[in-house]
Amino acid sequence: MHTYTEKIQNLAKDVLKQGKAEMVIGFKQGTIPMAANPFVAKNENDADNLIWSSTCGLNLANYLPGIKKCEGKIGIIAKGCDSRNIVTHIVENKIDREKLYIIGLPCTGMVDKKQIALLFDDEITQFSEEGNTLIVKSETKEEKINKQEYLRSNCKTCTHRNPVIYDELVSDLVEEQIIEDQFADVKKIEAMSSEEKWDFFDKLTEDCIRCYACRNACPLCYCPTCFVDESGPQWVGKGQNTDDIKTFHYLRAYHCAGRCTDCGACEEACPMDIKVRNFTRKLNKDSLELFNWEAGLDISQRPPLDTYQPDDPDDFIM
Amino acid sequence: MKIIKIDKKEWEQGLDKSRKEYHLFGAVKDKDYYLIQALGDKVYPDMESSDTILSPKSVIFPQTEKMLTANLDEAQDNHHIMERVETDYSPRAVLGIKPYDAKAFKILQLNFDTEEFKDPYFCDAYAATTLVGLAVNNPGQFDFSTSVDTGPFDETDLDVLLIDTGNEYLAKVITDKGENFISKCGFDNQTDEKNALETISKLKKKAEKAIVSTVSHDKLNGKTILELYNAPFWDDIAFSCINCGTCTYVCPTCWCFDIQDETKDKSCIRFRNWDTCMSRLFTEHASGHNPREGKTQRVRQRFMHKLKYFPDKYDQGLMCVGCGRCVKHCPVNIDIREICEQMNS
Amino acid sequence: MENPYRPYPVRIDDIEIATEDKSLKTFKFVFLNKEDEEKFSYQAGQFAELSIPGIGEIPIGIASSPVEKGFVKFTVFKTGVVTSHLHNMQVGDIMGIRGPLGNWYPWETLENKNILIIGGGFAFTTLRSSIIYMLDPANRAKFKNIDVVYGARSPGMLLYRDELYEWEKRDDINMHITVDGTDDPNWNYHTGFVPQITEDFGPKADKDTYAIVCGPPIMIKFTQPVLEKLGYSDDQVIMSLENRMKCGIGMCGRCNIGKELVCKDGPVFTLKEINLTPKEY
Repeated sequence: MHTYTEKIQNLAKDVLKQGKAEMVIGFKQGTIPMAANPFVAKNENDADNLIWSSTCGLNLANYLPGIKKCEGKIGIIAKGCDSRNIVTHIVENKIDREKLYIIGLPCTGMVDKKQIALLFDDEITQFSEEGNTLIVKSETKEEKINKQEYLRSNCKTCTHRNPVIYDELVSDLVEEQIIEDQFADVKKIEAMSSEEKWDFFDKLTEDCIRCYACRNACPLCYCPTCFVDESGPQWVGKGQNTDDIKTFHYLRAYHCAGRCTDCGACEEACPMDIKVRNFTRKLNKDSLELFNWEAGLDISQRPPLDTYQPDDPDDFIM
Repeated sequence: MKIIKIDKKEWEQGLDKSRKEYHLFGAVKDKDYYLIQALGDKVYPDMESSDTILSPKSVIFPQTEKMLTANLDEAQDNHHIMERVETDYSPRAVLGIKPYDAKAFKILQLNFDTEEFKDPYFCDAYAATTLVGLAVNNPGQFDFSTSVDTGPFDETDLDVLLIDTGNEYLAKVITDKGENFISKCGFDNQTDEKNALETISKLKKKAEKAIVSTVSHDKLNGKTILELYNAPFWDDIAFSCINCGTCTYVCPTCWCFDIQDETKDKSCIRFRNWDTCMSRLFTEHASGHNPREGKTQRVRQRFMHKLKYFPDKYDQGLMCVGCGRCVKHCPVNIDIREICEQMNS
Repeated sequence: MENPYRPYPVRIDDIEIATEDKSLKTFKFVFLNKEDEEKFSYQAGQFAELSIPGIGEIPIGIASSPVEKGFVKFTVFKTGVVTSHLHNMQVGDIMGIRGPLGNWYPWETLENKNILIIGGGFAFTTLRSSIIYMLDPANRAKFKNIDVVYGARSPGMLLYRDELYEWEKRDDINMHITVDGTDDPNWNYHTGFVPQITEDFGPKADKDTYAIVCGPPIMIKFTQPVLEKLGYSDDQVIMSLENRMKCGIGMCGRCNIGKELVCKDGPVFTLKEINLTPKEY
């Protein structure tokens, strides 16, 4: 059991008992190995089901706008990126700070489930972790691996593991990672020729089935009607035409510009293992370089595409 | 009943012979995972593959399928008159399909091939397809096929069942379609039926015994639709759902579709796409009114359809073959087995 | 094999503005091929997909009656992509019709019965079809009393006004036309909501009386208790439902209420049947 689990359960029980919040959004143990199921604890008994593990890779801030019936505060377990998306929700007036009771969770990274699965020829039947060691079993073998080597790629470059906003913490803050070159992956693509880029992005999206798991797992994608679902006018065709598929991915990424926290929920959710962060990462890099901006760090700051300054960089305008 | 012995070394040669008459489909490794694909020249199905992410339903019911076309040029005589799109329905064979994935086509057939209406696209593709199954000797932990009236050796909708015995396949030839395919491959080493059946029976028992995942649904029939519909657990089940279409798209038995029109210059096509009951748009009226506005209603629809509406309507068991894909690929781990148990309790 | 998705080609023969706000138009279509008209043999209460190549399809109740030959008629409310496009089309344009689809009012059961028709707003199309069918000299003797309660917001929003006023003059049908309100001093008919008019003027139920109800959800909601008060049991109340549809032939999966598909098992259900299904319409 992860050391955070018991702490989360106790904190949640206390929060619910004291009435600091009416519910606590967290994760419960999944029904299959390496799965965690987003879950809302409404009473102290429910709180016994809350867990933590390195597989809690979705972003719980995504569930906040959907909660309609809650008189009191909403409690939520928030790792670094979740907390930054909570800030974004507050800045974008999706939810009031006053409405939230944030249980901050200093995060040590989420694991890349698909990478781990590749270590095995057969299905993984058991997963557990002891500190930095992951113990993974299938019918035919057992692997003990170092968590740091199997972190999701967004977690490898994360510099905000600690929550940026919280009412309580699950543990002491953890040391932030110092990343030498945070955007090495983006630079690789930037260095490509136009043809290579086209080819790269064509291949990237060729298996997309338009299930919209990436969009729906993303806390930023809360538009009442997404542009791909609009019928009057219909902006994008609905079939498996590759141009339509690419249009969806490109436009969605641009809609996340200056707002994306690189939480990785999109890639975590994708059933086809499409690395959709390749789109949003470039925009995160631009936001940082052009506007010295990282999303969701401060509830008093408007995002750069939301404001105008006379000295905004404009070199990219022809 | 004919049982043919196929030396694995001769398998690919046989497939090459069959290509004169058949388009072949099978599991191919793409990047890090398996997909069902049309097999190009000298491409062979990976018979050792684990489950494909998407079921093989797309071979007969593609995600996007052209249906009708019309000329919009008013100078032409036939303008604005829609005609069926020409599609190649020459013989195709799906190699190594899991027996329960094949059974799923029988479920789709109940929807698409009815007394009153026949969906010509489905019916023509289904008629053109030979299903060459591969018995599942080592079922995975997500496989609950034996709980839902099928199983790792189910022959219900197969034309040929291959059984992997190590260095060779035993090919149980089930239908005339299967017979034609096997003979076009040139496989003709008929083997002693009694011995072969004994071997198959042993492997089948072993495989069925190895299935660890089960689900009970015996009480569903005794409950009314409204009793289950109004059950108290739907909000809790739906909480974590993000309403993506993953479960419905990976499912071999989900058949819902949307119809769309597109135009280019002076011609138009009408085509269909897989659709998903998870989407708000699926049921939204033009007025804006939506009978399944909330995600609880949409999640409930999926499980009620599979586990109650379908069984009540057709009396042919559940609309599920226990392949486990939705369990494995749901981004938030909503597990149909758990929900079925809850509904059944 | 007949392709149930292929529409019969038709030509728009006439377009009539149906309501004063121009939000409804009645389209008269003739089939390009005579044999298609024969194949499109329908009963009052059925619907069809109006099919515009390159734009899409929309399910609409058939407003013409089986006893009217040589054309089919649909009254269409302008609301979404397809209906907006249709409203801009011209007489002479070619498009398609797919159908007839769905079930119909249970005419065999309704024989030798008193019929109370209750309609509101735009939902009078298949009711018009039914009235024309019943009033046809070949059919009138098959039915006993016919009462019709039909209401709209204002006189100009009533569909098929000329016919309504003609029927009003006949003695083989009892018309109870009403509007929510009007400042027309010459308005000769009722003023008030459909449920109230039904309560005041509708026939009380006996075992030989059936009510057919078609209208907006709010009207249906308030008419149901009135019918109960008048003694109608749930299997004497017949309703026609609407849901989003695509295929119209029970295959695409979206229009279900429980295990019933509104497009194929419906759109006509008795209230008794509806009460056994989730209210997802």
